[in-house]
Amino acid sequence: MNWFELTCREASVLLSQAQERRLGWSERLGLRLHLLACDGCTHFREQLRFIRAAVRRIRDNELPE
Amino acid sequence: MTADSLEQYRPYLLRYALLQLRDQQLAGDVVQETLLAALDGAVFSGKSSRKTWLTGILKHKIIDVLRRQARERPLADGDDASEAEAVDALFADDGHWRQFPADWGDPEKSFEDKKFREVFEMCARVMPQRLARAFTMREVMELSTDEICKELMVTPTNLWVMLHRARLLLRECLEIKWFGNKGA
Repeated sequence: MNWFELTCREASVLLSQAQERRLGWSERLGLRLHLLACDGCTHFREQLRFIRAAVRRIRDNELPE
Repeated sequence: MTADSLEQYRPYLLRYALLQLRDQQLAGDVVQETLLAALDGAVFSGKSSRKTWLTGILKHKIIDVLRRQARERPLADGDDASEAEAVDALFADDGHWRQFPADWGDPEKSFEDKKFREVFEMCARVMPQRLARAFTMREVMELSTDEICKELMVTPTNLWVMLHRARLLLRECLEIKWFGNKGA
């Protein structure tokens, strides 16, 4: 993986893994660079957060029936 | 602890179990076992809330079921290939998204809409079973990577691949079935 030129696919892998483990220094740097230039992956990052929150809401029954 | 005081937790426990097991009968069974175990003298220390305590018992019961399922229906060789294909379809050969994830606006607003839950659950249901199992263990039961790897007998790398696939597919489905229609 070339940290200075992550593809969207690679970035999406790291964004997903960030929900399970702390990313390394170079991974975080690579992601930051990628996200600066990529709206799609920035949306993806927000969507992952949203999905996590949505599952918990549904599980805990905090949505309207 | 009386049966009546526990009964109020049944709907919550049932929803929890159903999200993970996706089977009404099985979910009903594990919830029943959980409530019986709670009545039957499992010690409630009072340090956690009753709901947390019951959820803890339920998690163990669910994991027992998942183990049994894993023994009875080992994953087929074709599973990995068909999942990979579904995810490959989302990216071009150069690693770009074929369709860039859209701006979902203020997605939290969806929580106010009754239909959102149906769409979300539908999207979770159509996911390949192996992925759904890993995803819900992580997101519904909030198990750690280590715990899930132990139960599913996979390496952390395998698990990360599965979770990545699950999230990509769920995201795609939500975008098409929900956010795409919002005109956001």
